[in-house]
Amino acid sequence: MVLNWKSGGLLLGFVFFLAVLLVKPIGVSTQFVILDGIIGDAVNSELVTKTDEGYTSTNAYLAKSKGKYAKSVSNPLNYSFIFVLAMMGGAFLSTMLKGGLSREERTMPALWRANFGNSAMKRYAVAFVGGFVVLYGARLAGGCTSGHMMSGMMQTALSGYIFAAGAFAAAIPVAILMFKKGA
Amino acid sequence: MSILLAIVIGAAFGFTLDRIGATNPNYIGKMLNLTNLHLMKTILLAIGTGSILMFGGQMMGLVEVGHMSVKAAYIGVFIGGLLLGAGWAASGFCPGTGVCAAASGRKDGLAFIAGGLLGAATYMVTYPAWKSSGLLDSIAGGKVTIGAVPGSKFEGMTALPGDVVGIVLGLVFVVVAFVLPSSLNGSTPEAVPAE
Repeated sequence: MVLNWKSGGLLLGFVFFLAVLLVKPIGVSTQFVILDGIIGDAVNSELVTKTDEGYTSTNAYLAKSKGKYAKSVSNPLNYSFIFVLAMMGGAFLSTMLKGGLSREERTMPALWRANFGNSAMKRYAVAFVGGFVVLYGARLAGGCTSGHMMSGMMQTALSGYIFAAGAFAAAIPVAILMFKKGA
Repeated sequence: MSILLAIVIGAAFGFTLDRIGATNPNYIGKMLNLTNLHLMKTILLAIGTGSILMFGGQMMGLVEVGHMSVKAAYIGVFIGGLLLGAGWAASGFCPGTGVCAAASGRKDGLAFIAGGLLGAATYMVTYPAWKSSGLLDSIAGGKVTIGAVPGSKFEGMTALPGDVVGIVLGLVFVVVAFVLPSSLNGSTPEAVPAE
């Protein structure tokens, strides 16, 4: 069902290489901030404003680094934002070519069901809280699994190793405690 | 042109993440509880492959060194990593695989994205407190690579040639991918779960 790790690893490594060869290293989590900014700016147009030098924001995070995030919020048709939308398209295509997911898997993964039962609300609640903690952590760290762990370690960046150490130090105990039954 | 590249590379990335099982929380959970390390082997081989191709390409002058983008090291990277790891294990998603999982039809992936948007927004609001805490201040030189990469604007932690270091470490990742067992708890990983 999934690619053998040898062909899958070569393919994934090639995609990361292609990104650096043609444009820049892959990263994803910043785009959650950009989408938040786009939503925020639609509700309150004062959030992001154009200045003589570029863009700025009333939010200190969007305004940092000379307003580079504020600029992306004002111009959603930029490389990194479209990249994430295209990722969704690629994953959708791959799934459809395999015949799609079963109704059960679309609600929750089998591993979850085996350990925590059939309540969809329980699963969605944990996925929501998990998403909150993951993105809060990713923004604090300045990147996620793609940007820090994969792209970072591939470039021999010290920060990538620090991030991976933290991520696995928490993830492995949590997974061992939560998922005791196989699926 | 850059938009076209975003579409092509982004779609290839999303397609590949789905094909290696990374968009499937069953594989993430089994990797992290150490019962099935197939995905870990895939990831290690990918990092090694990417590293060898990139640094090898740089040495041959085929890859623009200026395309490298090294993030800063600071204490918050570790704290953020811990948070991300906990949420990653609980939900089975990280930011990239979460959006791909939602696109593949997983409704819990949509819940993850909603929570993620709120988490990112909360960070945006609390950012000044982190900034003033000093936990975002660079450590060990900040944006550094292990060796000094020729032609790179990023400094090396050591004076070792950064491109050679990159290829050697890339080979180490490949070797670890090969020697890592499929499971660390003694059992043989069971068959692929139904999709």
